[in-house]
Amino acid sequence: MIEVQNLTKHYGPVTAIRDASFSVEAGRIVGFLGPNGAGKSTTMRILSCFMPASGGSARVAGYDVFRDSIEVRRRIGYLPESVPLYSELRVATYLDFVAEVKGLGRAERRRRVADVMDHCRIADVQRRLIGTLSKGYRQRVGLAQALVGNPEVLILDEPTIGLDPAQIREIRELIKSLGGVHTVILSTHILPEVSMVCSGVVIIHKGAIVAQGPIDALVEQFFPTARVEVEIAGVPAAVAEGLRALPGVTAVTELARTNGAGRWLVESQRDRDVRAEIFRLSAARQWTVLELKRVGASLEEVFLRVVAGDEAVSG
Amino acid sequence: MRIWPIYKKELRLYFTSAVAYAVITAFLFIMGWFFRAIFFNYVSMSLQAAANPMLAREMNPTDVVMRPLLSNMSVILLFLTPLLTMRIFAEERRSGTIELLLTYPVRDGAVLLGKYLAALSLYGVMLALTLAFPAILWRFGARLEWGPLVTGYLGLVLMGSAFLAVGLLSSSLTENQIIAAVSTFAVLLGLWIAGWFADFAGPTWGGVLRHLSLLEHNESFGKGVLETKDLIYYVDFTLLGLFLALRSVESRRWRG
Repeated sequence: MIEVQNLTKHYGPVTAIRDASFSVEAGRIVGFLGPNGAGKSTTMRILSCFMPASGGSARVAGYDVFRDSIEVRRRIGYLPESVPLYSELRVATYLDFVAEVKGLGRAERRRRVADVMDHCRIADVQRRLIGTLSKGYRQRVGLAQALVGNPEVLILDEPTIGLDPAQIREIRELIKSLGGVHTVILSTHILPEVSMVCSGVVIIHKGAIVAQGPIDALVEQFFPTARVEVEIAGVPAAVAEGLRALPGVTAVTELARTNGAGRWLVESQRDRDVRAEIFRLSAARQWTVLELKRVGASLEEVFLRVVAGDEAVSG
Repeated sequence: MRIWPIYKKELRLYFTSAVAYAVITAFLFIMGWFFRAIFFNYVSMSLQAAANPMLAREMNPTDVVMRPLLSNMSVILLFLTPLLTMRIFAEERRSGTIELLLTYPVRDGAVLLGKYLAALSLYGVMLALTLAFPAILWRFGARLEWGPLVTGYLGLVLMGSAFLAVGLLSSSLTENQIIAAVSTFAVLLGLWIAGWFADFAGPTWGGVLRHLSLLEHNESFGKGVLETKDLIYYVDFTLLGLFLALRSVESRRWRG
């Protein structure tokens, strides 16, 4: 549904995106991840036909964003990062305007506007001026204007930024409910959000795509082992040796040592759970197991690894 | 071309943001003042004319009241029309709403025309409200000549459409409303006073300057004369302004 090939964008001497390629299948919700300033908004602005690329091509719903801009714009709903709305218009009036601009007929418009207002829970403020609304409501009005034309593709730039936790959850549920029917690409730097909402991710760093694919596949790609963290009171050298000798264990790393007890990270083949064996080993050697837990590699760790740790991850 | 929704939205914004009310009020107040002064002058001249048949022959409410009124109006409009167009693109750029507007499935030309026609309609409303002045004259029994009145207003509409096209262009070039208004005003004022220098500039350049002058072209309309060159001047002016504004809006689509 979205195909981006060798996309490049320069702002004067600054290169915002270089040679980015990725694709999004129809009906998927894909998270577009990256540190601040990585080129997320620029990519979305190009996809939404707001600005041209300096090189490469992008196709949305089969149309080129540069050559068939109008056709693309007929099929997308876009929510820019700053949620720019006309503060002097009333919510319902504004949505009606958007619906009309998107080519809906009068009767269809009325129904559709009422639908999205219900869906985004803004029906109770429909008579209010947009300028008087709180951030959460503005965000939802922004989402409603993206949805009102019932577009095939939704491009959402940081849809949950600046909301309180309850609102964030509502918006996430809303976005989740869009999958299947709509193709959604949403940018964010809040990593748990992506794991909760998206089926796949594209990670961009310093203008280049550094990883993409379904979340599970990415985690597996970057962390191919199953990992267990264990804290054992016992002679460290003996413990390390004992752990390494367990069947299936591929690596043992010491994480910390406090008087008499050591923390270890035990990596093993992915399909193997070594916790029972660690316990039995400890019992046999009369070590005391203080803690034993599985640590799943998360998207966050994948992200930190590909972004190479020099950028702070907020969120 | 989806001009209609843009037009409606723009007109609505004029009234909800109170720009329309502010400009119309200021305009009517000033024009009312002018009308009162000119009308009272006409009244005292009429009294003199009662004793002076020479003067009486030249007394004519169209020439003595309406012509100077419309001529004053054209100057006041030169000051006020930049206020009608200053926000039209600049505010969209400042607030970022242009990013949504230009990603809706509407052609840039439709956006431009919708906005232009909204400004022109508001301008038309302003002019229409001043029809109260000839109505007052008529009510008091003054016999107005309709020809010069109609061409006078036609001239103002044409002149205004040129003013607004310049305003649209400046507004599309900046995101600051003040700059948009000031630059529109500078261009209009510059073209207005261009005619003043015509006498010093020698025959060739003097002619050019005189032809460029915005207000000079409005004079014959006031006399009830429709001259092709004046008509073409305003129409060309408007088309050029709109064309450049369109280029300016479109430029973001290809300017890498």
